[in-house]
Amino acid sequence: MTQKAGDQELIAYKSRIKVPYTWSVGEVGSRFLTEIKENQKIWGTRCPVCDFVFVPPKKTCTYCFVPVHEWTEVKDEGVLQTYTIARYKTDLIPQDSPQIIGVILLDGADTGLVHLIGEVPPEKIKVGMRVKAVFNKERKGHILDIKHFKPV
Amino acid sequence: MTEINDIAFVGVGQTKIERNKLGDTFADMVYEATKKALEDAGMTMDDIDNVITTSNDFWDGRTISTMAVNDACGGGLAKNMSAVEGDGTFSSFYGMSRILSGTYDTTLVVSHVKGSESDNVYITNAIFDPIYMRPIGLDSLNSSALQMRRYMAKYGITEEQCAKVSVKNHKNALKNPYAQIAIDISVDDVLNSKIISDPLKLYDCSPVSDAAAAVIIAGGEKAKKAKKPVWVKGVSYTADAYFLGDRDLADASALDKAALEAYGMAGIEDPLKEIDVAEVYDAFSYMELMWYEGLAFCPPGGGGKLIDKGITEMDGELPVNPSGGLLSGHPVTPGGMIRLIEAILQVRGDAGEHQIDGVKTALAHGINGACGQSHCVWIVGR
Amino acid sequence: MGKKRTAIVATGQTHHRSSRLDVNGIEMINEAVDRCLEDGDLTIDDIDAIVIGNMDHFEGINYVDMWSIDGIGGFMKPVFKLTTGGTTGSTVGQAGYYLTASGMFDKVLAVGWEKNSESDTTAAITTAFDPIWDRLVFAGAIGGLAVEAMLYLDTYGATEEDAARVAVRDRKHACNNPYAQLRKEITVEDVMSSPMLSDPIKLLDVCPRTDGACAVVYATEEYAEKICPKPAWFHAGAVKHPYNLLGDTDLVNLPSMQLAAKEAYQKAGIKEPLKEIDVMELYLPYSYAGLSWIEAMDLCKPGGAPKLIADGKTDMDGELPINPSGGVIATNCIGATALLRMAEAAIQIMGKGGARQVPDVKTALATGFGGCFWSDVTVFRSTKP
Repeated sequence: MTQKAGDQELIAYKSRIKVPYTWSVGEVGSRFLTEIKENQKIWGTRCPVCDFVFVPPKKTCTYCFVPVHEWTEVKDEGVLQTYTIARYKTDLIPQDSPQIIGVILLDGADTGLVHLIGEVPPEKIKVGMRVKAVFNKERKGHILDIKHFKPV
Repeated sequence: MTEINDIAFVGVGQTKIERNKLGDTFADMVYEATKKALEDAGMTMDDIDNVITTSNDFWDGRTISTMAVNDACGGGLAKNMSAVEGDGTFSSFYGMSRILSGTYDTTLVVSHVKGSESDNVYITNAIFDPIYMRPIGLDSLNSSALQMRRYMAKYGITEEQCAKVSVKNHKNALKNPYAQIAIDISVDDVLNSKIISDPLKLYDCSPVSDAAAAVIIAGGEKAKKAKKPVWVKGVSYTADAYFLGDRDLADASALDKAALEAYGMAGIEDPLKEIDVAEVYDAFSYMELMWYEGLAFCPPGGGGKLIDKGITEMDGELPVNPSGGLLSGHPVTPGGMIRLIEAILQVRGDAGEHQIDGVKTALAHGINGACGQSHCVWIVGR
Repeated sequence: MGKKRTAIVATGQTHHRSSRLDVNGIEMINEAVDRCLEDGDLTIDDIDAIVIGNMDHFEGINYVDMWSIDGIGGFMKPVFKLTTGGTTGSTVGQAGYYLTASGMFDKVLAVGWEKNSESDTTAAITTAFDPIWDRLVFAGAIGGLAVEAMLYLDTYGATEEDAARVAVRDRKHACNNPYAQLRKEITVEDVMSSPMLSDPIKLLDVCPRTDGACAVVYATEEYAEKICPKPAWFHAGAVKHPYNLLGDTDLVNLPSMQLAAKEAYQKAGIKEPLKEIDVMELYLPYSYAGLSWIEAMDLCKPGGAPKLIADGKTDMDGELPINPSGGVIATNCIGATALLRMAEAAIQIMGKGGARQVPDVKTALATGFGGCFWSDVTVFRSTKP
């Protein structure tokens, strides 16, 4: 479809930016993802001042701005705080339809983890329901080593 | 509390908000807005001693995005320049600070975006950290949907109440020649519109638009001599935590704080009574209700009731978004600056068909980041 | 209210490396911020507002100010982002000044950073250029600079060895700086025999790619002397960005630097820069810049730079030491680099330079460079303006 400005046909040029990336996870994140990869366990870090347990773990407390050193294991199940079912075209959610994203407060953690929700028909999802992590058989040290969370 | 004296907005300009300004480059749009602002102020570039651009490298598809518009707004004239990335309400704050520092007396602040040139899903997916949230496929639509669901679950806000925001703003837009989507729809139209990301429906969402805007800020004598100065009474901005799970998405704590500080500077104790009109960042319908609460127009969770009572309609006690807001046209970076421009026009009595009677004090609000992570609140008046 | 005198009262930076796998970007920023607060014996509660900058496409993060909250201590604080390419650090550094001088905030934290190891720098820089007119023919940053270098040699009959001496000087100075990335001396022969990148620019003529962060705190006069015994008072700042398209630029003389330096000198009351300035931290991304740009800054007549440098006038014991930190040729974490120049200038005034301290510094100057040949100049002094 062409558009004109007066007699002049307007040109638009399609392209893309090609800039590859290699992001450092850092030591703290590496430990978190390695526990998931090797042991199918989820760990968080606890702030010495406010006692919050962060999942994913942090090196510095968001609220107190102090170094966080203490590691603590949290359960791989918890409460669904919110969710959405994406019904528009997005290649970026790594899930076949229905594509469902949620925030899960794992037992023992004080911050929510954003992840996918699966194995549940959309109409059955409720805020407050309990969900549990499902790990992939093949894991590589990535947040998607957890395939999704399913109802308990 | 800091007092701000003698700082005024002396000129404003914007382009029409459109889905696709195919015939305009970024520079064309910024030049148009700049020219209009200068004309509005009765000034030339000789009066401007420093310029701030507002843009976003991702949306523009170029690193150092300010380069694209540098010469359209004064760089070529070797004015002292800076460039903010984020919403125009924040860059305007910086523009004001540069005058308060005593180094400059007149700042031109411009902003632009062409949402039409890129894919919103990819651009907003990049807002999320590459390690934990980006791989899940978050973007502005599904993350806002998460917030809407949380807000509804916590406070019992209904989809109908959110829909009323969309009905109000799309209809208000009929009186704004700059708006992109000006239509008279019903609550049912909104509820029956296509589901985008549960519970967000098409009419709950703003479009992704193209536009540019400019404001001219002046201090001291320059401000006093201006044709139509609108004075800054209070302004503040605050950022919340970044990771979605670190926040209670149903509450805009950062807005609570920014509003409190801005009100304190402006000497406002009862916002509902003392503010005559408000332009807030309604990127999504439910957000406007949340921002009512953050701005203390009602208690936490009271946003739905406020709109039910009609308080924020054009003929209500505190009209919100008489311009039609962002639901009727959403250029990401100029979004908050246009809220500011609308507030300024209201105080001047220059808002044309959507003018609210007797405006002495107006509020403008902008946000930055996902799910309204950061907020900026301006109070302007006579 | 407003119009306050303000100074840099604390600085912090990471130990700059070509690649920091042990920390993600947020954590790396946090190192610099923690060190800066420690330097001023401050806590995050003392900070009233924060500004941050980097180049988005180098790390692929959109809205870095929002993403970096945990690293900068931004929770429930005023935060915004500035970005102007290579001059980002000076843009951020000057914003720290304006925000405190305005009276809106008493203490502002300014942060610059880059994790260049995470991306292909050339690919990212190429996106700076206009996609219709310049991008397809432009080859990253080196191409344009090579043309500039060639023109300088031709115009003034200078030699490649003259330029190499700039790199040798800066790399030598870096050995005194525990934070610098490259801390090994090089010789003119080393530079001349290093691989050619783009005639006449060779590998050792140019800066490395670095992962690093820098943070400074500006405080208004009510607080500055309580925090730091010898604050670095901000006296003048100029920022000139006159060009957008490559074909418009004047490549030999760097007009933006001339304009910015002239304005900064005038604001600071400097008439003879070589005499009146005690130390300079210059943003020299490659050796040839160390010749032409110091002429643009009026340190000597056009064409006079090779002799000034060969005579040792810009060495540590010279009349006007340049880059005691080792400068950009030793460390280049782009979003931080120009801020590092300001931080290092401030360190000189504060007397905290250790092995790289120039004696008795009263006036220090820092520059930033980037984008489409844009220039920023800042002047700090040990006395209040």
